[in-house]
Amino acid sequence: MSDPVLDIRNLSVRYAGAPGPAVRDVSFTLGRERLGIVGESGSGKSTLGRALMRLLPSAEITAERMQFEDVDLLNATERQMLKVRGRRMSMILQDPKFSLNPIRKCGDQIAEAYRTHFRCRPAEARQKAVDMLEAVQIREASRVYDLYPHEVSGGMGQRIMIAMMLLTDPDLVIADEPTSALDVTVRLEVLRILDGLVREKGIGLVMISHDLSLVRNFCDRVLIMYAGRVVETLNARELDQARHPYTRGLLAAQPRIAGGRGILPVLKRDPAWEEEPAR
Amino acid sequence: MILDRRRMTALIGQGGSIFVTLFGLLILTFVIGRIMPADPVRAIVGEDATREVYETVYRQLGLDRPMWEQFFLYVRDVATLDFGTSIRTGQPVLTDILRVLPATIELATFAILFGAIVGIPLGVLAAVNKDRWADHLIRVFSLMGHSMPIFWTGMIGLLVFYAWLGWVGGSGRMDQFYIGLVPERTNFLLIDSAIAGEWEVFRSAINHILLPASLLGYSSSAYITRMTRSFMLDQINQEYITTARVKGLSNRQTIWRHAFGNIRVQLVTIVALAYGALLEGAVLIETVFAWPGFGSYLTANLLIGDMNAVMTCVLVVGVIFIALNVISDILYRVFDPRTRA
Repeated sequence: MSDPVLDIRNLSVRYAGAPGPAVRDVSFTLGRERLGIVGESGSGKSTLGRALMRLLPSAEITAERMQFEDVDLLNATERQMLKVRGRRMSMILQDPKFSLNPIRKCGDQIAEAYRTHFRCRPAEARQKAVDMLEAVQIREASRVYDLYPHEVSGGMGQRIMIAMMLLTDPDLVIADEPTSALDVTVRLEVLRILDGLVREKGIGLVMISHDLSLVRNFCDRVLIMYAGRVVETLNARELDQARHPYTRGLLAAQPRIAGGRGILPVLKRDPAWEEEPAR
Repeated sequence: MILDRRRMTALIGQGGSIFVTLFGLLILTFVIGRIMPADPVRAIVGEDATREVYETVYRQLGLDRPMWEQFFLYVRDVATLDFGTSIRTGQPVLTDILRVLPATIELATFAILFGAIVGIPLGVLAAVNKDRWADHLIRVFSLMGHSMPIFWTGMIGLLVFYAWLGWVGGSGRMDQFYIGLVPERTNFLLIDSAIAGEWEVFRSAINHILLPASLLGYSSSAYITRMTRSFMLDQINQEYITTARVKGLSNRQTIWRHAFGNIRVQLVTIVALAYGALLEGAVLIETVFAWPGFGSYLTANLLIGDMNAVMTCVLVVGVIFIALNVISDILYRVFDPRTRA
C-alpha cells in the first residue's frame, strides 16, 4: 500500500461528563480503499467518524497518532481544519430529511460546498453543482437545483448530499450510515452511485454501518466495533470466516431469505470482549 | 394556472378570517360597553339630574331599543368611522385617537427597533456560548431588563441622562418652545417636522424619544434575547448544522448563514407580539415622560367610564393585533419556503 490516507493509532474519545470513553484505543490505517466500520448502536462508530473530522468540540480526543495525509489531526488548529473539512475530507450524513437546510435551495447548498473553498463566480459554482447533480444521476439537474429539501424524495435527497460532499474531489469521505434512512428499494441505487464515484475518483471511503451484508458488498475491509473498541478486522470477502464470537454472533443474528423461519439466535455478550486485545 | 387559483383561495381564506375576527371584535367591544358597571347616562347627565333628563338622554343614546338593534347601529357607526364623542375631552373619539396613537406608534417603533437590534444578536451570542461567561453575563443583563420596574428605570434614566449628563431631552415629545411650531399633518412628530423642513424640531424630537424608547426597548429586548437564545439552541443541535460544518464553514458562517435563517419565522412571531404589547401603550413610561400617548388616553378614559372612548380603544388594539398577524403571515411566507406551498 502506498502512503496511507489515514493513519490512526490508539485513538480514544471521551465526551465531557461521560463516565467512560465512547471510543477506546482504536487503530487502523486507510489507503485509497473502502473500509467498513460495523457495530451496534452505541458502539462508538459514529463518534469515531465525527472525531476524525474534529466535529466534537466538547469531547476529549487522545491518540498516539492521528494523521490525515500531511495533516496532524490531533494538533491542527481550527483554522487549518476549515481548509481540510469539505475540501479534502468530507462526510455523508444519515438522513437527508435532517441533514439538508430546510429553507435553502438544494442546489445552493451544493454550490456552497464549492464556493467555500474555491474563489469563483456564482454562475460557475452553479454550473459545478448542476454537473455534479448529473453525476449522481439526477435527471433535470437544473430544475432540481432550484428545489427545496422538502420537495425532493429521500433517495434524491441523499444523492444531493453525495453530490455536495464529493463536489470538491476530497481524498477521504466518511459515510455515516448513508442509506439507513432510505427505502430498501432505493438503497442499492444510492450505494451504487456512491460506490461508482468513489472508485472513479480514487477516494478513500469509510463506511459506517450496522448492515453487514451492505458492508460485505461495498467495502474492501471491515472493522468490527464493540463497546468503543475494534474487536476484529477482516477482509470483506472473508467475513464469514470471522473468528471473534461477537462478529460470529452478529452474522448468526441475521435473517436469511433461504434460512427457514426458525427463531434467530440472540447475541450473547461476554464482558471479557470489552477488555481483551483486538484480533 | 393551478398555482394562481391556489394563491387566490389562500387570499380569500385570509381575507375571510380577518373579516370574522373583526366581527368578533365588534361583538366583544359592544358587550364590554353594555356590561361595564359604568352608567353611560350618568356619565353625561351627572349625579344630580332629574328623572326626566335621565330618561331623555337614555332614549337619545338608543338604550331603550332592543339589543340587536343597538348592535346594528353600533356596527353602522363603526363602519362610517363614527365612534361618538368622548365625554372627557369633549371631542370626537376619532380625533383623539388620531392625536394620541401616532405618538405611541413613534415610541413603540423606536423601542422595538432597539429591542430587536440589541436582543437578537445577544440571544444568538448567548446560545453560541451556552454556559460560558458570555451567556451568564447576557442572562444577568436581560434579567435586569425584565425585573426592573420601568417607571423606576425611567426616573433614574431621566436623572442620569437628562439632568446630570444632558445627553437627551427631558419629558414630552419635544422641547417646550417648539410646541405648536410645526403644522400637524400626520401627528407623527418626526414625519411632520421633516415635511415642514423644521430640522431643529426634528432633532429635538429625536432627543426626546431616545431615552423612553431605549428603556422600553431594553425591557422588550430582555424577552427577545431569551427567546432568541432558546430558538437558536434548538437549531444548533440540528443535523444540517453538522452538514454546514462538514462543508468547511466556520462557526460564524454556520450560525449566521444556516442556523439564523431557520429562526427568522419564530423571531417574527415574538417581535410582532412584543411590538403589539408596546402599541397598546406603555402607561407607566408615558406617565413618567409626560408622553401624550395611547396608554395614558385609554387609562384616563377607563377610570372615569368614558365608554365611547374605551370601546374605541379596545377596537384599535384589536385591529393593531390583526394587522400584526397579517404582516407576520406574509413574512412567514417570505422566510420559509415550506409555508409557500
